[in-house]
Amino acid sequence: MYVAVKGGETAILNSYRLLADQRRGDPTQPELGVAQIREQLKLAVDRVMTEGSVYDPELAALAIKQASGDLVEAIFLLRAYRATLPRLGTTCALDTARMALERRISATFKDLPGGQVLGPTYDYTQRLLDFTLLASGAPVVSGDAVAAGSAQPEATPRVVDLLNQEGLIETRPVPPGDPAPVDLTREPLRFPADRATRLQNLARGDEGFLLAMAYSTQRGYANSHPFVGEIRLGQVAVEIVPEELGFVISIGDMELTECEMVNQFAGSKTEPPQFTRGYGLAFGHSERKAMAMSLVDRALRADELGEAVLSPAQMPEFVLAHSDSLEASGFVQHLKLPHYVDFQAELELVRKMRAVAATHHTPTEEAAA
Amino acid sequence: MNAPYEAVALERLPEPSVERAAEVNFAYLDERTKRMIRRAILKAVAIPGYQVPFGSREMPLPYGWGTGGIQVTASVIGPDDTLKVIDQGSDDTVNAVNIRRFFQRTTGVATTTRTVEATLIQTRHRIPEIPLVEGQVLVYQVPMPEPMQRLEPRETETRTLHGLAEYGLMHVKLYEDIARYGHIATTYDYPVLVNGRYVMAPSPIPKFDNPKMHMNPALQLFGAGREKRIYAVPPYTSVESLGFEDHPFEVQRWDAACALCGATDSFLDEVITDDAGARMHVCSDSDYCQSRQPAAGEEA
Repeated sequence: MYVAVKGGETAILNSYRLLADQRRGDPTQPELGVAQIREQLKLAVDRVMTEGSVYDPELAALAIKQASGDLVEAIFLLRAYRATLPRLGTTCALDTARMALERRISATFKDLPGGQVLGPTYDYTQRLLDFTLLASGAPVVSGDAVAAGSAQPEATPRVVDLLNQEGLIETRPVPPGDPAPVDLTREPLRFPADRATRLQNLARGDEGFLLAMAYSTQRGYANSHPFVGEIRLGQVAVEIVPEELGFVISIGDMELTECEMVNQFAGSKTEPPQFTRGYGLAFGHSERKAMAMSLVDRALRADELGEAVLSPAQMPEFVLAHSDSLEASGFVQHLKLPHYVDFQAELELVRKMRAVAATHHTPTEEAAA
Repeated sequence: MNAPYEAVALERLPEPSVERAAEVNFAYLDERTKRMIRRAILKAVAIPGYQVPFGSREMPLPYGWGTGGIQVTASVIGPDDTLKVIDQGSDDTVNAVNIRRFFQRTTGVATTTRTVEATLIQTRHRIPEIPLVEGQVLVYQVPMPEPMQRLEPRETETRTLHGLAEYGLMHVKLYEDIARYGHIATTYDYPVLVNGRYVMAPSPIPKFDNPKMHMNPALQLFGAGREKRIYAVPPYTSVESLGFEDHPFEVQRWDAACALCGATDSFLDEVITDDAGARMHVCSDSDYCQSRQPAAGEEA
């Protein structure tokens, strides 16, 4: 006999307890500390900070712990926390030319002012499982590395600025009056979206989605001939000008990954042939994200540059409306919610359509279908 | 097959009681955000059926689970309100329970399952069977605010179509249904024309509920959090379900009556009762059903 669905609240409270048990795992194992996550799962922390739009390694680590390592869930937690924070002010534009470099590579020039700095990277590791980590031993490579940033000049010019001296690359002058960009966390995304808005959306966008979009531009779904002009990783000073002081003060450093992608451009009626740029920026060490972002940024400029818009990665409504992991994850997973009423309505409809079909067809036809 | 479930989960918890959390603002949102949302609501009321973009926030519940409705509710709720939350017509489904708990924790307002006692009703996918009255506010959770999205996914295009009141696309879709099936094959989220001007998505309510929107004395507010839109149907506004003279709009009918209360005038859900697929019909609106069962008023 049918029993009215009751007890949802008790079920929810029980699920909280089961979740806490699942998160803790075997209680005979030591519990993972937030500081351990912050220090030892840095790349996960960096991704959560980037897509969560909060530069706070400790809170990102907490979110990762609370989410049992589900990074999209951790990003959700951080974003929900962020939504209630007041916006106290606006920083000056970050000057990444003055970055204290930990890593800096260019694929377009063998050597360049400031030099190539390999820094920490998985790029040239041979991907063999390191069983000494399993045995909690010391890593295979030991000894102190030479600190990269030790002998650096005050500022390292960006590769695109070097190309600029020859006029080979497009310039992006600051628009007159330097209008404040739209803040996507306060205002809804509207179309057409300007580049500053698009870049904000991409910076918050899901890494996996951007990676696939970027990849599609390399496989013929957009006309793209990209070169990594430069990727740099390091600490940048965050500066503000308090109204009551009237001069710049630094309020701290943040680690950033910046990618400038250089793309060939055959020229248009108004522009001579030159290189165009795609830009990517992420908190912490997030190269895959920054590179994917710069490729997608460039692809989304197709309309502005007079290129034919044929592929998904070139369509702003397609890319920007589907890039956010919170929106995507929430809406896909909402299918778990009850849909009895909608399904009932569809059930009636299908029965009605079958009844109509049955009167029009012979039984043999229906069996074949 | 699953292993038998351990008794951990079934250990009886004390009767859940929810206390107002002191560390968050009333109804969770900060006052500036509420003001922004109220402005969007006022605009929506002034232009019935028009989708007003608003700065939807990331709520502590996922997008797609009612964040639009929650933000609208949070912006209009006051300490004297009595809140009812339903999902698929029922107060007891987990999502309705979860949202009701959220507002109990963040506002401490009185809650009810009785439609007649509520001043504010947040709903997903249903309009209560008991007619609403003046002074009540019905807040709908909306997944897809754009009625033409399946026909034209680009917002820049649909915005222009709304601006020009150019709804040929929608009529052609309904006509094609008739040409192919002999009737209109839309059963929920059935498009409506509001105040003779804007075509609007009523949210995925069954079309059975559409006539209730017309000239309703209550204020109907629609919140789409993920899509960042708010729209409204003010009290006593015309809401016309699209149709044709020779194929007018019609609602679902059942050959059965509710097995619990005997109602023949309510939306019925089918419940499968055994492995052989035997079915019974029960009211989707649990409050309506219980109010019609005189002796069965106590908790089951």
